[in-house]
Amino acid sequence: MEDTGKNKQTEEQGSGLSRRDVVKGLATIPFVGGAIYGAYRKRKYERQLKSNLLSGIGIDIDPSTAGSESSADRGEQIRLGIIGFGIRGEQLVRASGFATEAWMEVQQERARNGNDIALKTFLEQHDLNIIYNGVCDIFEIESEIALNTVSVNGHKAKKYHDWKELVYADDIDAVIIATPDHWHAPMAIEAAKAGKHVYVEKPLTHKVQETYDLLDIVKKSGISLQLGHQFRQTESYGKASELIRKDVLGPITMVQTNTNRNSPNGAWQYPIHEKASPQTIDWEMFLGNAPKVPFNMDHFFRWRKYWAYGTGLSGDLLTHDYDAINQILNLGIPKYVTASGGIYFFKDGREVPDVFNVLFEYPEKDMTFQYSASLANEYNRPNIIMGHDATMEVGNTITVYADRRSTRYADRIKDGTIDLELPIVSYTSGSEGLDAITSATERYFASKGLLYTFINGKRIDVTHLHIVDWLDCIRAGKQPKCNIDYGFEEAIAAHMGTLALKLGRRIEWDHANNFFGNVTQDEIMEVFRG
Amino acid sequence: MKNNLSQFNTLAYSNKQLSVLVILRVVVGWHIFYEGLSKLLNPNWSSLAYLMDSKGFFAGFFYNLASNPSVLKAVDVLNAWGLLLIGLCLMIGLFEKIASLSGMILIGLYYLSHPPFIGLSYAAPGEGSYFIINKNIIEFFAIAVNLYFPNSRIVGLDRFIYLAKNKK
Repeated sequence: MEDTGKNKQTEEQGSGLSRRDVVKGLATIPFVGGAIYGAYRKRKYERQLKSNLLSGIGIDIDPSTAGSESSADRGEQIRLGIIGFGIRGEQLVRASGFATEAWMEVQQERARNGNDIALKTFLEQHDLNIIYNGVCDIFEIESEIALNTVSVNGHKAKKYHDWKELVYADDIDAVIIATPDHWHAPMAIEAAKAGKHVYVEKPLTHKVQETYDLLDIVKKSGISLQLGHQFRQTESYGKASELIRKDVLGPITMVQTNTNRNSPNGAWQYPIHEKASPQTIDWEMFLGNAPKVPFNMDHFFRWRKYWAYGTGLSGDLLTHDYDAINQILNLGIPKYVTASGGIYFFKDGREVPDVFNVLFEYPEKDMTFQYSASLANEYNRPNIIMGHDATMEVGNTITVYADRRSTRYADRIKDGTIDLELPIVSYTSGSEGLDAITSATERYFASKGLLYTFINGKRIDVTHLHIVDWLDCIRAGKQPKCNIDYGFEEAIAAHMGTLALKLGRRIEWDHANNFFGNVTQDEIMEVFRG
Repeated sequence: MKNNLSQFNTLAYSNKQLSVLVILRVVVGWHIFYEGLSKLLNPNWSSLAYLMDSKGFFAGFFYNLASNPSVLKAVDVLNAWGLLLIGLCLMIGLFEKIASLSGMILIGLYYLSHPPFIGLSYAAPGEGSYFIINKNIIEFFAIAVNLYFPNSRIVGLDRFIYLAKNKK
């Protein structure tokens, strides 16, 4: 017996474990199982909630439709010319792959300080297989910078003083027009006549007749024309359109869009270049079809403030929002337009209002489009599309909230599947798909804009995509995303806004005659000076 | 060996003390483990927004982590797996010392990235009111208690390691 007892002890010592040891050693293991099971249950519940919600509003999550960069064949080199190398011209040339030395220096300095986003974005752009053979700017300093910027890798571009020579040059296939508004149409028309493809900054035209002339010549010549509304490339607008087609919002009766700016730069009070003078600027060429006035640097550098060269808030900024919404809802030209506004803050001798409101009526679509702008307040008023069943905030992100009194969602609101405090859809450009938000934290981050500072670690410039779209269409013989038809609608809508403002009455569009229903030629001449 | 253990048991903690210590370790472990698990289960989760929302003295450091996509990716992986493993170890009482130290470092970093100081506010809404002391710093010290009052040698897998070591 003693022997047996000893053996037993030896055995215990051999394994080193008593029952007590095993129990104490493993005592807390069940908690792991509990945590994992709990996580599984919680996740299942959340998924069920999301799927109820998404099936309830008729959205299928389809990550495959998330945006991607075009991978078109770029075998054929396109030879470009740039007319106008001011703020926007420089941006467009950079978006096509050529940055000025000064910009590179500034960005490299910023990169050294840890802020390398813009430079990195630029360096990650694809090579578009283009060269610039011609540059033209009537300000000597800018044309020299333009020349140096595009003359790289042993290639030397030609500097043109007369834009017409550039347009007709044999070694130029396509032109980018980034001049003051009053030059857009004359240059684009001439380029189309010469059979050159055109990228023209917005608005399409400065005057009414030009709009018809340009539409006509572009259709006849078959060139690829891209109007410079780069938001056509913003992925979220495509998603917004998809959601609306799926009737997530119900009948839409109102759209509200806004411009919110509050700085001299935002109000077009740009700096005047120190080397600007009648000797370095071709003033006559600048004026073009504008009334003859003596050399004036404010007119030259801050042309957006004057009707003779610019188009005011209607053509300059409303067009961005109009085109964005036109892209989503396919609105076309409004039936009635009313507008009002004034120069209420920047009393610096400008002619165009700094506060502006416009209403576009679409009776045949049962809806109104509102636009309001102040250049002296930048409180963030998002663009919203208002339906009977839900409201959509649309920008770089899309957020949809169900309406408390919605007919479509009434049951889901009642049974608690839809929480009115949380968006029913939230979409961030570049993310993997549509998602119904179930976490308050996510919603906060999304609303603060923190989620899209970087898109999958890569930020892409929409202007770059807009140029790429144009170049790809030139090679494929197609029409780009913001083609002449959308351009025509944009320009007419903008001109109706200006007519309504200046004539002080409701402007009507006669769809049958494709012209204004209640405006005389004399009034058009008076408002647009030509 | 039996002597060693009973000595440890009786000399160090009363049963009540031991129970509280083990419960503290398990609840903190559960929290950290679940944080890690929920991040790993969400394919779209990234620490980007959290890092970009950093404030205070060390914000620059956290922005730098966020600004480089490959570093960010590494941070995401390390953070999620780190949380999961630290939480797991605390719960089951394995490698208590290293798990506690790692947990304190990680939670210390959370504290430094979002310190509740005067004048700093964050995108993520807090569920309470905090000034200088927030739940991160409390959890930091909860793990510190665990580090300096080790208990997984008594209740936890470390017991087997301890036994094996002492057998030699």
